Amino acid sequence: MRGGRAGDRLLHLYTWLIILWLSSPIAVMILFGFNDKRSKSNTTWQGFTLRWYAELFDISDLTTALANSLKIAVASTVITVVIGTMLGLALGRHRFRGSGVTNFLVFAAISTPELVMGASLLSLFVSGNVPRDSVTIIVAHVLFSLSFVVVTVRARVVTLDPSLEEAARDLGAGAWATFRLVTLPSIMPAVLAGGMLSFALSIDDYVVTSFVNGSTVTFPLWIVGAVKTGIPAQVNVMGTLLFGAGVLIAVGNAVAARRRS
Amino acid sequence: MRRLTPYLLALPSWMWLAIFLVVPMVAMASVSLQTGNAIDGFAMTFSFSNYTEAIGRYSTQLARSLLYGALATVAMLVIGYPVAYFIAFKAGARKSMYLFLLLLPFFVSFVLRTISWNFLLADNGILFGTLKGWGLLPADFHVLATTVAVVGGLTYNFLPFMILPIYVALERVDPRVVEAAQDLYATRAAAFRRVVLPLSLPGVFAGVLMTFVPATADPINAAILGGTSNTMIGNIIQTAYLTNLDYPTASALSFTLMAVLLVGIFIYARALGTENVLEAAAR
Repeated sequence: MRGGRAGDRLLHLYTWLIILWLSSPIAVMILFGFNDKRSKSNTTWQGFTLRWYAELFDISDLTTALANSLKIAVASTVITVVIGTMLGLALGRHRFRGSGVTNFLVFAAISTPELVMGASLLSLFVSGNVPRDSVTIIVAHVLFSLSFVVVTVRARVVTLDPSLEEAARDLGAGAWATFRLVTLPSIMPAVLAGGMLSFALSIDDYVVTSFVNGSTVTFPLWIVGAVKTGIPAQVNVMGTLLFGAGVLIAVGNAVAARRRS
Repeated sequence: MRRLTPYLLALPSWMWLAIFLVVPMVAMASVSLQTGNAIDGFAMTFSFSNYTEAIGRYSTQLARSLLYGALATVAMLVIGYPVAYFIAFKAGARKSMYLFLLLLPFFVSFVLRTISWNFLLADNGILFGTLKGWGLLPADFHVLATTVAVVGGLTYNFLPFMILPIYVALERVDPRVVEAAQDLYATRAAAFRRVVLPLSLPGVFAGVLMTFVPATADPINAAILGGTSNTMIGNIIQTAYLTNLDYPTASALSFTLMAVLLVGIFIYARALGTENVLEAAAR
């Protein structure tokens, strides 16, 4: 940005105002995690305390909900990354019958409103008398994350030079060794990016989960359930810690990517 | 074996998408035509009247959802376009820093962000409580439980999804094309209107698609910021499914919502030109 015209400066200022607006709820969340509140509601500032950090795990159902969310996110991310990478490879590398239908299904899974996805899954589970628990939540989370992994991996695969794999095969590597030593390392950034996105989508999801959870409660569901009675400050602290971890991982990943190139 | 490889690679995802995306849609279509209740069970009666009844009963909420979704989408477009323009053309080497800052809210859960707005906008909270204390606002001033709060929340929550695709489209505009227009005596405004804006339309299309659909179907903002008089169709579907166990009505409403959204997208796509649509969908 070289000073330049007044219009550019105005646009610069405007962009920062929007960023400030987008970030303000984060600031509120972090700040009120330190609020020394006495009443149930946490809307007015009453002084600084670290009490909620010390008592982070004192609300047992909240702790369980957070643990459930983390477990579900890990499980659904692992499944999504494995099967999504496989499909991404198939679509990016091979021409096969049914790839058109597959592309359509991948697109449909991204563009179906979450509400409709949740409602239709519940219709299936109700019709089939399937009990709802963390397994049905994982099934749903894999479904809405899958397309993002497929699209990310496919985009990376089409940029790869196929002669690298041919060279590996010419040098006597079997199909599995070629995949492990040549293909996988070169698509790894996309696999990791897809995995992080799946994890983030899973841990954040409220709408789809609310349909298929049965009596299992996740972190977002617990929070929405607590809105009417007042959100305990521990929720702010957990949100702050998750935010910090997410930012650290994203920044670390960006730094590592820069060093690699 | 080599010829089988793509099928084997695609098989697990195919099964997942078939069993958990396609079959549920069929199940929902079937449930939406059934009658009965949660205790005695439901039976298929092909009652298309489920649809007319559900739409008749909830037409207010359906219309309100489309209105709020449209208002929020227009607000996002107006607010977001200049930001995308700034990052694409004026941010220079700092592009990725600005993009990162725009994505920062996504590191906090959607639900928590919306609740933070509930904090911020509370009738006697840090913002309005303070202003009322200074006598700058009347004591009965409030934003929560109004249309403004819900549309504002939707705008806030989905804004980055509008900015990013527009940014991607603008980023691809060759600056030399804009210079050429100016060399041919186009004013800055004319160069923008005749050159930059048309080239960014695929991004606008993608942005509108990525925001209008989830904003219209979102139940969270209305539940947390809207009070009782701003109920949207998402809340109705959730209640019908989860509280009232009225599966046929809920299924019929879900299908109606999806059909309305699809028709809306189709009309919108036709108005904008199908080539742009295919290009936008291909990304």
